[in-house]
Amino acid sequence: MEYVSPEGLLLDGRRPMEMRQLRAEIGTVAKADGSAVFEMGNTKVIAAVYGPREVQNRSQQMSDQALVRCEYSMANFSTGDRMRKPKGDRRSTEISLVIRQTMEACILTHLMPRSQIDIFVQVLQADVGTRSACINAASLALADAGIPMRDIVTSCSAGYLNSTPLLDLNYVEDSAGGADVTVGILPKLDKVTLLQMDAKLPLDIFENVMGLAIEGCKAVANYIREILLENTKQLEYRRGL
Amino acid sequence: MRGLKLPLNQTQRIRLQRAFEKLQTLSAKANSDASVTVADSIQVNYEDAFLKGHGTTDLNGELVATVCGVVERVNKLVYVRGLRARYKPEVGDIVVGRIVEVAQKRWRLEINFTQDAVLMLSSMNMPDGIQRRRTALDELNMRSIFEENDVVCAEVRNFQHDGSLQLQARSQKYGKLEKGQLLIIDPYLVKKSKQHFHHLEQFGVDLILGRNGFIWVGEHVEVRDSMIIDQANSAEQSAVPEEKNPAYTSLEMRQHICRIANAIRVLSTLGFIMDAELIMQTVELSSSLNLNIHDMLGSEFHVLVAEREAERRSLMSKRKR
Repeated sequence: MEYVSPEGLLLDGRRPMEMRQLRAEIGTVAKADGSAVFEMGNTKVIAAVYGPREVQNRSQQMSDQALVRCEYSMANFSTGDRMRKPKGDRRSTEISLVIRQTMEACILTHLMPRSQIDIFVQVLQADVGTRSACINAASLALADAGIPMRDIVTSCSAGYLNSTPLLDLNYVEDSAGGADVTVGILPKLDKVTLLQMDAKLPLDIFENVMGLAIEGCKAVANYIREILLENTKQLEYRRGL
Repeated sequence: MRGLKLPLNQTQRIRLQRAFEKLQTLSAKANSDASVTVADSIQVNYEDAFLKGHGTTDLNGELVATVCGVVERVNKLVYVRGLRARYKPEVGDIVVGRIVEVAQKRWRLEINFTQDAVLMLSSMNMPDGIQRRRTALDELNMRSIFEENDVVCAEVRNFQHDGSLQLQARSQKYGKLEKGQLLIIDPYLVKKSKQHFHHLEQFGVDLILGRNGFIWVGEHVEVRDSMIIDQANSAEQSAVPEEKNPAYTSLEMRQHICRIANAIRVLSTLGFIMDAELIMQTVELSSSLNLNIHDMLGSEFHVLVAEREAERRSLMSKRKR
């Protein structure tokens, strides 16, 4: 099957270097300390952050840093075929761990000793790239909760199909079975916090694909910063004085 | 962007938008480039000496923000004042909290801080008003003073060396709060002032603006200052109020409490910094319009309050000039 037309367009009309449409909204969960909804194309996730708060399990308390916990789940209605998935299956445990490690890398945990930060992410609509969308949503929610961070982590994926590197795959492109590289970076520090690939690629092509994914991350970062700045300004002028 | 979840019709949307635009032009800080987000670099003169404060960090010799907020400069100190965050206690702050645990010689309170605060049995006045050592019996009777889920008002005493927070309640004005409502708002919306206890005389309502964003609206209780009452008549004093206070709150009183609580809810959803004066103005606005208490949470009243606030702030800024 041909995924890139001779005119250089993908099946959904994007160019290979073009991302799916982004949309973000802050403050969607009223009771949470910070919350956000993040959409990348047809993927839609909601994130809620609680904390820093008292550690629930005393034995896990750390006297020099905060405990970061993360729970990833998929809503039953998020996929085409409605499935009753058991909570804590292998896939979601793995993604929870990946998100936790990525966020822990950017949170200044030493400023909040003896406390815990809970991050809950739920996929409302699953297309492809739920991992990336969850990380972006969690970043936004953490920033909304006023938790000090080194930098905003952003994530994006890239693939390789029809000997073309593609940015931010959608469902059809992902099902084609090509490589899928998910990258998470700290844009300001220019450091990689997450790198996953579920196929094999020659080294020179891999570098190209990863470079493309990093460009995608930077684009996401710009978008997130815009949203955050607008939100901060709004809160400030409404507050007054 | 933080959207208001209000069902607005076309005119209301335009009016609200206009009110917010007015507020935006009036705000000095929002118009300057003082707002920063995480990892934005802060403009400072690197040749001059400066002190980096909260919400900032050093990144390869560059001053960078670690939270979203507004850059503030006080002499040499440069810090970022975060907006939405948990409460950061300062010694002497008046806070309202909820008891989560009764432990050995202490209560643990949830006060929207990163940890639970501690109220020691020894740092609070006994109900009999006598100053004495706390005995083992007092310790056993701790639940007769505060139980789990009680709402309590106290003052921030100090930080322990391990970072935990100690509270004290060494006056009759502190202590258990009853017959009222607890509202939880963002701490950055509570304005710091000399007075956080307010007795609204026309309603007979007590309003406590806890600095941690916990606001108490309740029936007024007469403060008995233990310093004035000598021990001889303290026994009869403590016996009498139990019988005088009826077990229920009158309907009128409950309506007053709800009206004030709803005024606070409206101000909090609109994100306006609040003090007792603004809350009272909002209450008066609602009663002058003969608005039902539940209609106060409707979109029309939100729009009215926003317009009113825009007007008030423009008047204030004119007066300053």
